[in-house]
Amino acid sequence: MSPVVRLRSVVCLLGRFPALAGVDLDVEAGEVVLLSGGNGAGKTTLLRVVAGLVPVHQGAAEVLGTDLTRDRRGHRSRLALVGQEAAAYDDLTVLENVRFAARTTGRSDADADTVVGELGLTPLADVRHGRLSTGQRRRLGLAVGLVRRPELLLLDEPHAGLDVPGRAFLDGVLASASDSGTAVLIASHELDLVRPVADREVVLTNGRTPPGDDPTGDPTGEPGSEPGVVR
Amino acid sequence: MSIWREAGIVAGKDLRIERRARVVSQQILPFGVIVLLLFAFALDPDRGVLRRVAPGLFWVTVLLSALLAISRSFGIESENAARDGLRLSGLDPSSVFLGKALALAVELAVFEVLLTAGIVVLFDVHLGAVVPLALAAVAATVGLAAAGTLYGVLAAGIRARETLVPVLMLPVVAPVLLGATRAWEASIDGATSDAWPWVGLLGVFAVLFVGIGMLAFGPLLEES
Repeated sequence: MSPVVRLRSVVCLLGRFPALAGVDLDVEAGEVVLLSGGNGAGKTTLLRVVAGLVPVHQGAAEVLGTDLTRDRRGHRSRLALVGQEAAAYDDLTVLENVRFAARTTGRSDADADTVVGELGLTPLADVRHGRLSTGQRRRLGLAVGLVRRPELLLLDEPHAGLDVPGRAFLDGVLASASDSGTAVLIASHELDLVRPVADREVVLTNGRTPPGDDPTGDPTGEPGSEPGVVR
Repeated sequence: MSIWREAGIVAGKDLRIERRARVVSQQILPFGVIVLLLFAFALDPDRGVLRRVAPGLFWVTVLLSALLAISRSFGIESENAARDGLRLSGLDPSSVFLGKALALAVELAVFEVLLTAGIVVLFDVHLGAVVPLALAAVAATVGLAAAGTLYGVLAAGIRARETLVPVLMLPVVAPVLLGATRAWEASIDGATSDAWPWVGLLGVFAVLFVGIGMLAFGPLLEES
């Protein structure tokens, strides 16, 4: 079976700046991959490339069977990108925001109500997004993403703004998503929090994965070692 | 999902947000009334003059107020990365265009009804032939909403969108201002036969911009 995400020598320019300058990455179904690297390394851009929100200027990119160099929209309804903002409307309540996200992907209001319950948002169902705390907004962002029942979940700094119970809850959500076969790609600086739930880590440096980095190969010849993979 | 069902989802969301935020009722409508009053002060207290120029004043006021509503319509998509959510939703971009244009048209229609009451009371205008007057208003509203949605998304990703939208849009919608004003003048005077050609022009403009919008909105949303 082909990987959910398959990138080869991907280059992405933001203006003239090469935000990604050669990225190789595979993510399999059910796998949780941590994407680490310093500020400006290209983690968020990589998530947006995979989501099809920004174009691939060079290289090969296939996500959920869609060739992103030809079509950046075909796979979108099958993935969810949970960014540092909730992709929600300030004047809609928690339930209305999740229901809107559900309806746009052909899910029912009952699906939305279920996800709101699963994420512990029922007590906040009638509260407008604009009145939520940072941590509550992060939880709503996750609900907006999960209601789509994505095959690929892209998370950008998911632990930011969450308290200790919220982080534990997120870990449970990630484990559950992974168990159900959802591929998860997490960009984060909070390595100590994500490493325990990640299957492996890929390091981005200046928009590149490490040299000689064909994820299908094994340049070191050591069992279990993958290029660009720390653990 | 059908294109109309998807458009309904987007329009329902925009109208619900508007009903909550009350920007049209608490900001755009008072703005329109103030503009009408300023025109009345600036021109002449003689109601004969105001009656004659009322159609032009009405549609200039609608146009200026529409710019605020357009800016608001895309402002809500700029908050909290909501536009990314819309792009990732899987909705057909044509549906998103129709939904946002429909919501904008409903808001403008409500505004126009209230403003019509304003010119009847303030300027002592008698509406005359109501059918061509109403059809002209419907066609002009659809045209403004479609053109506004198109230019709104064009400027959506630009920081200076509040100033860019009027510069881009006002020259393009000049035929709406002209056609609607002439149609209303003829209708108010009871000269129905003079009104219909202008109603036709407004209809052509509306159809043209709905068509262009459905084709162009997707690529523009991607670039915004």
